[in-house]
Amino acid sequence: MTSPTTVRIASGQGFWGDWLEAPVRQVEGGPIDYLMMDYLAEVTMSIMQKQRARDSALGYAKDFVPLMQRLLPRLVERGIRVTANAGGVNPGACARAVVDTARDLGLAGRVRVGVVGGDDILDRLDELLARGHRLENMDTGASLEAVREHVQSANAYLGAGPVLAALQQDALIVVTGRVTDTGLTLAPMLHAFGWAADDWDRLAAGTVAGHIIECGAQCTGGNCLLDWERIEGMADPGYPIIEACPDGSFVVTKHPDTGGIVSVPSVTEQLVYEMGDPRNYITPDCIADFTTIRLEQAGPNRVRVSGVRGRPATEFLKVSISYHHGYKAVGTLVYAWPDAYAKAQKADRILRERLDRLGLRFEKTLTEFVGVNATHGPLAGAPSADLPEVQLRVGVRARERPPVERFTREIAPLILNGPPSVTGFAGGRPKVEEIVAYWPALVPKSEIRPTVEMLDA
Amino acid sequence: MSLKGPRKQAGRGSARPRRVQLVHLAHARSGDKGDTANVGLIARKPEYYPLLKRAVTAARVARHFRGMITGPVERYELPNLHALNFLLHGALGGGGTLSLQTDAQGKVFSTALLRMDVTVPGRMRVG
Repeated sequence: MTSPTTVRIASGQGFWGDWLEAPVRQVEGGPIDYLMMDYLAEVTMSIMQKQRARDSALGYAKDFVPLMQRLLPRLVERGIRVTANAGGVNPGACARAVVDTARDLGLAGRVRVGVVGGDDILDRLDELLARGHRLENMDTGASLEAVREHVQSANAYLGAGPVLAALQQDALIVVTGRVTDTGLTLAPMLHAFGWAADDWDRLAAGTVAGHIIECGAQCTGGNCLLDWERIEGMADPGYPIIEACPDGSFVVTKHPDTGGIVSVPSVTEQLVYEMGDPRNYITPDCIADFTTIRLEQAGPNRVRVSGVRGRPATEFLKVSISYHHGYKAVGTLVYAWPDAYAKAQKADRILRERLDRLGLRFEKTLTEFVGVNATHGPLAGAPSADLPEVQLRVGVRARERPPVERFTREIAPLILNGPPSVTGFAGGRPKVEEIVAYWPALVPKSEIRPTVEMLDA
Repeated sequence: MSLKGPRKQAGRGSARPRRVQLVHLAHARSGDKGDTANVGLIARKPEYYPLLKRAVTAARVARHFRGMITGPVERYELPNLHALNFLLHGALGGGGTLSLQTDAQGKVFSTALLRMDVTVPGRMRVG
């Protein structure tokens, strides 16, 4: 068997809600071999869990199905394969919807969908706790018992392994539950190049590639601070493409005639995004050492990445647990010149006194003055006396719903019975939001059995 | 990019050391992990990296963010990328969905760090 010299892996979605046109442009705009799409953030899993509780056919990224309807004929024609964690908490239902779509398109017999599951451990939590796995909060050390009764979802992060297994069984589309963003990019490289499961340097290289493209255009000029005003064509940004080589080196690029930029600074900004200890970037597949990464500009919109070193994976998988914490609401009003800031401050004092007199108790109350201190706090210094407007933004949080509900009715009255020159309340009463909080924990790998299943259209 | 007043203007080397705002020496991006914000600080030119490493210590960053974060600051070095990575613990009012802050996910903490002034040797050209 001869290995291909390069494999092109395109990123089509950086989160559920990213640009709908991006995956289509990745398929239409030039040659690619794989389309990788990341749909899952921590809070997404609990939303999907609630959707599945109401309807057993739901609980996945619904956008994925119409997208496949749009793309499947081209994917089949060109043999472009998809890895996507769009399956959420119900990958089987998502895969069946894709299979139905393929049949509707007349592609029966030509589309195989791989389903990766086994990450959902919600029904196994008590069993795991009973056998001594405390599922302590990785940040605080607290035992899960503290919030056990409020848990809404629990998913282990799976790595590239089961995605690779689905590709080896000829899946054109691989739909997964909670697979890591990086695993979705690493798996195609493992499949194309046949890297060994303990080839830590190459696994780390594929993991770094995955980290670079997992946030879509955030490595190709999106949200790029350096020289941002000189980045052209952002109405039609090119999303990133990895050109991977068998030796583990790769090039980050984008399709020709697209906007944005692929430069050493644009890639570096993404590399440090959400970074912890750079020597220990831990995934289910390996530990990547980000201090070994070498970047060089290899041409216009081409950055070559090499030198990545890795170490053996740990014996644990991270678990993402979501639980009900309480309720919150945020109210805003805008005060205009003259004395905009002073008026907003006075309104805040009045509001807080009224909340006190009502006897409302909150776990936390936060006031920010947008335009003065909301993002930089005291570092912003004293505001100009001449500010044209200031937005008062007050948030409250409580375990119970009633005080938060009552708070939402205390904002609008200030328009008529508070300081003058106030506007910006067209949105109406603030919305009470349920807080679904996030609990990161670890579980031994030996407790988790990923599942891989094939469905044919 | 808009620059602050003349004292902090980037410029050619004069004989005496001077104060320069970090935004002239570095760019940055930040993100979140629970109640911790990370700030990756990247030298605009490789020759600025040793200065950043010397001047922007974990202790200095902790002082810079006094009153804005409740936990310690950790620093990691990435000489290969001419970058430093800071972890600011207790920066996000509980983090994620618990936070009431506008910047609940620490997306712009990076720009708050770029307000810091550092002392630049007179012989070093900036800009």
